[in-house]
Amino acid sequence: MKFAVLVFPGSNCDIDMYHAIKDELGEEVEYVWHTATSLEGFDGVLVPGGFSYGDYLRCGAMANQSNIMTALKEFAGQGKPVLGVCNGFQILTEAGLLPGALIRNKNLKFMCRTVQLKVENNNSLFTNQYEAGEVINIPIAHGEGNYYCDEETLTELKANNQIAFTYEGENPNGSLADIAGIINKEGNVLGMMPHPERAANEIVGGADGLKLFKSIVKQWREQHVNN
Amino acid sequence: MKKVKIYVTLKESILDPQGSAVQGSLQKIGYNEVSDVRIGKYLEVTISDTDRDVDTIVKEMCEKVLTNTVIEKYRYEIEEA
Repeated sequence: MKFAVLVFPGSNCDIDMYHAIKDELGEEVEYVWHTATSLEGFDGVLVPGGFSYGDYLRCGAMANQSNIMTALKEFAGQGKPVLGVCNGFQILTEAGLLPGALIRNKNLKFMCRTVQLKVENNNSLFTNQYEAGEVINIPIAHGEGNYYCDEETLTELKANNQIAFTYEGENPNGSLADIAGIINKEGNVLGMMPHPERAANEIVGGADGLKLFKSIVKQWREQHVNN
Repeated sequence: MKKVKIYVTLKESILDPQGSAVQGSLQKIGYNEVSDVRIGKYLEVTISDTDRDVDTIVKEMCEKVLTNTVIEKYRYEIEEA
């Protein structure tokens, strides 16, 4: 399976993402610069964290105007897997690929530590390697991770099982319904504030994030590889 | 030429922790009358002479880029520059 890691000016988790795929997952991966206009040949796209365009105007707003975004929307429209982490999540909401928005953390602080997440939905292409209700340890690092959507959208997210992860125990940013990550209605786009790519090897303090990437590969193999 | 003054604010339903912190500070130094503070953004956009309808252009820009209508609302004034 071949992954693309999108790179915008100001992305800073692109290298972590690249190594998680190449060295821990053992799959193919390439960087794709924001000026590119095609995602042909890729089977999955990863939108990494960071501060694209210095978070000018709003987090993810400038990145959403990049050339690559037209190709990304087309790619997502074809039902192929797209994962946005942290700033990547913010970009996906700005692009309208996921509902809602990420606003300033309730306590106004930049939160950087490992938190516990509960796997709310283990039936998605991103979470099939987890147990339902499993509690995992994944690092967060964000100042604007407070998920917000209107009541109607929240009802829909719950009804369609689109909430993938919630914060367990303590909610670090004030997000609505403790939401840490959501999936689109079609099930092929996941956005989350915590960083699974930073939890891909025990040597860096944990490997709970690796199962997320393994889930994507498993689903892809089942669809594409003939036995 | 036109000068457009755009005011972007958070919707009433959205909490503004930054505004609350500023409100707290103002009260602390004796402005007990301050019952609420909301922080927004102010943009000045200069638009060259054009055949297109300026009002339409500004509205489009606000909806597409300048604001996120999930959390923000906006108003603007168009002046001769």
